[in-house]
Amino acid sequence: MSETRIDRRFRALKQEGRAAFVTFVMAGDPNQETAFRIMQGLPEAGADIIEVGMPFTDPMADGPAIQQAGLRALASGTTLKSTLSMIREFRKDNDDTPVVLMGYYNPIYSYGVDRFLEDARDAGVDGLIVVDLPSEEDEELCLPAMKAGLNFIRLTTPTTDDKRLEAVLKNTSGFIYYVSIAGTTGAAAPKASDVAQSLQRIKNATDLPVAVGFGIRSGAQAAEIAEIADGAVVGSALIDRIAAAENDDEAVRSVMELASEISAGIRSTVKH
Amino acid sequence: MTQLNTFRSGPDETGHFGIYGGRFVAETLMPLILELNEAYEASKKDPEFAARLSSLLKHYVGRESPLYFAERLTEHFGGAKIYLKREDLNHTGAHKINNCMGQILLALRMGKKRIIAETGAGQHGVATATVAARFGLPCAIYMGETDIERQKPNVFRMKLMGAEVVPVTSGSRTLKDAMNEALRDWVTNVDDTFYIIGTVAGPHPYPQLVRDFQNVIGEEVRRQIMDQEGRLPDTLLACIGGGSNAMGLFHPFLDDEDVDIIGVEAAGHGIDSGQHAASLKGGRPGVLHGNRTYLLQDDDGQIIEAHSISAGLDYPGIGPEHAWLNDTGRVNYVNATDDEALEAFQLCCKLEGIIPALESSHALAHLKKIAPNLPKDHIIVVNLSGRGDKDIFTVADALGVEL
Ligand SMILES: Cc1ncc(COP(=O)(O)O)c(C=O)c1O
Repeated sequence: MSETRIDRRFRALKQEGRAAFVTFVMAGDPNQETAFRIMQGLPEAGADIIEVGMPFTDPMADGPAIQQAGLRALASGTTLKSTLSMIREFRKDNDDTPVVLMGYYNPIYSYGVDRFLEDARDAGVDGLIVVDLPSEEDEELCLPAMKAGLNFIRLTTPTTDDKRLEAVLKNTSGFIYYVSIAGTTGAAAPKASDVAQSLQRIKNATDLPVAVGFGIRSGAQAAEIAEIADGAVVGSALIDRIAAAENDDEAVRSVMELASEISAGIRSTVKH
Repeated sequence: MTQLNTFRSGPDETGHFGIYGGRFVAETLMPLILELNEAYEASKKDPEFAARLSSLLKHYVGRESPLYFAERLTEHFGGAKIYLKREDLNHTGAHKINNCMGQILLALRMGKKRIIAETGAGQHGVATATVAARFGLPCAIYMGETDIERQKPNVFRMKLMGAEVVPVTSGSRTLKDAMNEALRDWVTNVDDTFYIIGTVAGPHPYPQLVRDFQNVIGEEVRRQIMDQEGRLPDTLLACIGGGSNAMGLFHPFLDDEDVDIIGVEAAGHGIDSGQHAASLKGGRPGVLHGNRTYLLQDDDGQIIEAHSISAGLDYPGIGPEHAWLNDTGRVNYVNATDDEALEAFQLCCKLEGIIPALESSHALAHLKKIAPNLPKDHIIVVNLSGRGDKDIFTVADALGVEL
């Protein structure tokens, strides 16, 4: 597979000696226009990689914050097609921030896997995270995605034992997303020391960068993770800002404020 | 499928029935369902497990359930001979307990300490709360707020038996959302919790193991009809929510070519109204709740809320094995509207002195369409999957009666 923006970004960050700031926001939340403004603003607020959620009616691995974001997005008329259009717009003046689509399989399956991969690549998508496609179902999307030149990024969790880890890592590229607790998105963060141990186990098994997510809400927490991981993923905390905002302008401003704070936290740490 | 001359060999090793089924779950759950599969396969080889289950089914559930010749319904339609498989007479009033008893024995075998389940009509919730009480395990039942409202007696039953009934306020607040919420609980409590899924859906091995625990229905019918008629039935009829009572009746007969098998989905206000729960007739293949199957969904692959007067059929999907049996043509899937089910409900009350569940009334509703035109020696077996005491408020409401 040829190098993607994700590979390039992690290589550059390695040289800089710091971890990646990975943001997650939902396409179409709170509405399509504002979601686009948020996406456009994130790189300047310090985001190194942007994960864009594809809304789904039945997000079985998400907590209340992301569930609500998905419902707002669907209510605003967001579809997989409009999500891809947003990314195509974004690419018009940003050609280097990696974009990862994250969500559930059914909307993709419904769109048609081959057509989706073609359209996603054309739109400027670099990678995919599909929550309900474990390695057992690699033939569905993972293998075709790799063929199409997109990174298929997999979640590993505290329940992924050494034997499974091998299978999970097998067809993965881009980076590994370590979900630091068994739970839904938005749950409380575990202790950094517990995370460090699990990270070591994954690091022993792969050369791919490992980003850590679930429960990171502040610059200080992100800094702790940035010290031990190759990336820190922040989602629910940003989405909570959107939910709490009184209007669209405030939503944009508030998300950028938190993103900048977290970015500063990450940039304050230097890798050992 | 490995063998082409049988309809009973599925699923394959990866949990597929043709293209349906599979294991579409988050990585966190993957090790758990692999562990469950191992435990289940081991239990099948353990004669003690079978003996214990069979003893509990006999002495606690009250099996076998009668196969009853419905003389007055038969007379009424004036055609085929109608038999009712009386799953309504099981302890807790429905077929759901067959599966719950099997799964709780598995949970115990695996050393699990806590039980969770989703429920729509509350029948599966009641059955789960029952076995959890019987074996002294704490249990949480996820139930949509809408269903809590329309199935109050069952909510109270669950609480009496010590279950925690957790109202689900996300999404459409019915069965599919209860299932999402149960999956979220499971993802969070991976160490000690056993998820008792109530129908032949979910990630592999659930569709298979729920079917196997429900097969007792069809196996009994085979014996009973041989005793009473000296031959196999001509037609089998069952309602379909997720499809567990139907699969339990159908599966032992799938390779009997001469047995005509009919599943009845809920057509709600009619398929054309868009307000129904007929995933086969009104849906298309997709992936939800761990498996690929027919789903009610829009053009963008978003799941559409189902509608049925019967909470137990109000689900936008169907078990993957049914999806496969539909495509292969072995089983004929039809549907019945709310009104047709209500009419059949009343007919069964008046003619047979049996108050059927609204779910089962959908199967009964199909009798009107076929029984009158069939010869008098044609034998139909209808799965009376549950009793209707839980539904009297809904029925009264629909008939404009105040209780
Ligand atoms: C009496 C009865 N019949 C049928 C059903 C539908 O489920 P299934 O299709 O799995 O049998 C239910 C579900 O609650 C039920 O309570």
